Amino acid sequence: MTLLTIDDLVVEHRTPGRPLVRAVAGASLTVAAGEVVGLVGESGCGKSTLARAVCGLHPAAAGTITVGGHPVTSLGLRSRHRALTGAQMVFQDPYASLNPRRRVGAQIADGLRTADDRTTAPADLLERVGLPRDFAERFPHEFSGGQRQRIAIARALAARPSLLIGDEPISALDASAQAHVARLMRDLAVESGAGLLFISHDLSVVRLIADRIAVMYLGKIVETGPTAEVWADPKHPYTRALLGAIPIPDGRGVLPTELPGDVPDPADPPSGCRFHPRCPLVMDVCLDREPEFGPVACWLHKPA
Amino acid sequence: MTLTISGLKVSIGEAEILRGVDLTVSAGHVHGLAGESGSGKTVTGLAVLGLLPHGSRTAGTIELAGRDLLAMPAKQLNAVRGAEIAMVFQDPATSLHPMVTVGVQLTEHMRHHLGVGRKEARERALGLLAKVRIPSPETAVDRYPHQFSGGMRQRIAIAVALACEPKVLIADEPTTALDVTVQAGILRLLRGLCDDLGLAVLLVTHDLGVMSAVADEVSVMKDGLVVETGPRGQVLTEPRHAYTRALLESLPGDDHKLPQEER
Ligand SMILES: Nc1ncnc2c1ncn2[C@@H]1O[C@H](COP(=O)(O)OP(=O)(O)OP(=O)(O)O)[C@@H](O)[C@H]1O
Ligand SMILES: Nc1ncnc2c1ncn2[C@@H]1O[C@H](COP(=O)(O)OP(=O)(O)OP(=O)(O)O)[C@@H](O)[C@H]1O
Ligand code: SF4
Ligand SMILES: [Mg+2]
Ligand SMILES: [Mg+2]
Repeated sequence: MTLLTIDDLVVEHRTPGRPLVRAVAGASLTVAAGEVVGLVGESGCGKSTLARAVCGLHPAAAGTITVGGHPVTSLGLRSRHRALTGAQMVFQDPYASLNPRRRVGAQIADGLRTADDRTTAPADLLERVGLPRDFAERFPHEFSGGQRQRIAIARALAARPSLLIGDEPISALDASAQAHVARLMRDLAVESGAGLLFISHDLSVVRLIADRIAVMYLGKIVETGPTAEVWADPKHPYTRALLGAIPIPDGRGVLPTELPGDVPDPADPPSGCRFHPRCPLVMDVCLDREPEFGPVACWLHKPA
Repeated sequence: MTLTISGLKVSIGEAEILRGVDLTVSAGHVHGLAGESGSGKTVTGLAVLGLLPHGSRTAGTIELAGRDLLAMPAKQLNAVRGAEIAMVFQDPATSLHPMVTVGVQLTEHMRHHLGVGRKEARERALGLLAKVRIPSPETAVDRYPHQFSGGMRQRIAIAVALACEPKVLIADEPTTALDVTVQAGILRLLRGLCDDLGLAVLLVTHDLGVMSAVADEVSVMKDGLVVETGPRGQVLTEPRHAYTRALLESLPGDDHKLPQEER
C-alpha cells in the first residue's frame, strides 16, 4: 500500500523583492507502508523543503501530496494538525526541534499523548535510543549535539507515526552510533507498518537501511531504484559523481573528487537538463530539452 | 602557529567533563579528532576559545605562540579569538546571527580585525562565499541565514570563521550537513589553506573517511580523555586502542569505489 505519494510537486520560497526560489521543481516520489526510502542529493537541492511540504509546513505551488490517502493541503493551523497526526518529522537541526525551556521527558510525553499511549514512559524511549533514563529530567541545553539528536528521535517515535520523516536525523552521532540508531529507526518504523523517508548525506548508512533510494538534484528526483541496484550500477551521471565522492577510511590521504562547475542557483536553473553544465557526458539534446521521465531522468537512459 | 593543549581538565557543575586532554595542532597540519558522542570534543574546542559555560572550572594549559590562553585576561583573549583563532561550531545556529545578513556577518569581522574598507570587505566576502560553494554570491550576501539550507548555513559559518584569516581553525563537525561532492570541495579548501597559508586545523569529525582524506594526525577521545594519537595512516590502519578498533569495525562495508585522485 502506498503511504506517501508526491506527484509533480513544486514548492517555492518567496522573499519580497527577490527572485522566486523554486526549491522543489516538479518532484515525484512514493513511500509504501513498511518501506524505507533514502532521499539523497546535493546540499541545497530541496530535500528539507520537500520534507517540510509533506508535513504541511510549506504550501505546494503545484502538484499534489497525499499521506495515507489524504491530501496534504497547505498551512492553516487546523489542516496542518490533521496532516501531522500521521506524519512525524525529525528536523535537520536538533537544536531547533526541541523546546529549550521544557524538560526532555515532558517533550517526549507530548508524543506519547498523540499516540494515546498510556503504558510507555518517556524514559523507556530514551533507553531505546541509547540514552540514560534520568535524562528525562534535564533540559536540552545540557546535552551534546549527538545526545540532542537522539532525544529528537525518541520524541518522534513516541507519537507512533504512520509516516516518519528523518531529515539528517543521525548527522551528529558518532560513526558507531549512526548505524545503530539508523537501524533502530528502520526497525521501529517497519515493525509498526509505518513508512520511513530517510534524508541523509551519509550514503553508507542509507545503503544499510533503505529499500529504495531517490537521488535529488536541483529540485528534481533524477534517479530512483532499489538501493542495491543503484549502488551496483548508478545510471545518472550525478548519481555516479555522488557515489564516487564518498571518502574511504583507508588512511591514505586521498581527497575525494568534487563535481566540476558551480553549484547551481535554484532561482536561476540551467536550461534543458539541469545537470548539463556539470555533466561529463553532456550532448546537444541536453542543452534545451529537459529529460522529464523516470526512473533515470537522463537522455542517455530514456525508456524505450 | 602551533596550538598545544596539555593536561586540560574541565568541570561543568559537578561533572568532570575533560580529565586531562593532551593535543597538539601544528601549523600547516590538520589534526583530526574523533570519539564517542559526549566524550568532550566540543568542550575541548570551547575551552580553547574561552567559551565554556559559566561556572566551568579548568586546569592545565592551552598554549598558542608562547601564551597560555587559559591564563589570559578575557579582553586579551577576545582579541586572540577574533584574529588568530576561529571556530566553526557544531550547531551553525551558534555561528550565525539570525537577524543579520550574511554579507554583514562576513564583513564586520573583517573590517574590525583586518582593517579593510567597506568595498574591499565586500569583495572578499563574495570570494569567500564562492570558495565555500554558495551559488550566486552577489545575491547571497543580502540574504538572512534562515533563507539557506542546512548545509548552506554550515558553509556560510565556515566562510565567517575564515573571514579574518585565522592562524588556527577549530572546525567542529564542519561537513556533517554536506553531501559528499560539496564536502569534497570543503575538504580541498581546508587542505589548501593548510598547505598554502600554514593554517592549523583541529577538525572534529566522526566520519573516518573524512579523517582519512584530510587529517595528518588523528586523535580519538573517550570519556574526557584522548585514548589514542598518531599519524593518520597508523591510527586508521593499525589502531592501538580497543575503542578506535571498535569505531573502524562498526563502519558499514563498502565495496563500491569509483577511481579517486591521489593527493
Ligand atoms: N552546558 C553543559 N552543561 C552540562 N553538561 C554539559 C554541557 N555541555 C556539555 N556537557 C556534557 O559534557 C560532555 C561532553 O560534551 P561534548 O559536547 O563535548 O561532547 P562531544 O564529544 O562533542 O559529543 P558529540 O559528538 O555528541 O557532539 C557530555 O556528557 C555533555 O552532556
Ligand atoms: N526560507 C527560505 N527563503 C528563501 N530560500 C530558501 C528558504 N529556505 C530554503 N531556501 C532555498 O531553497 C533551496 C533548497 O533548500 P533546502 O533546505 O530544501 O535544501 P536541502 O536539500 O535540504 O539542503 P541541505 O542538504 O543543505 O540541508 C536552497 O537554495 C535554499 O537557499
Ligand atoms: S541528460 Fe545529458 S546533461 Fe543531463 S545528465 Fe544526462 S547526459 Fe548529462
Ligand atoms: Mg536540508
Ligand atoms: Mg560535539
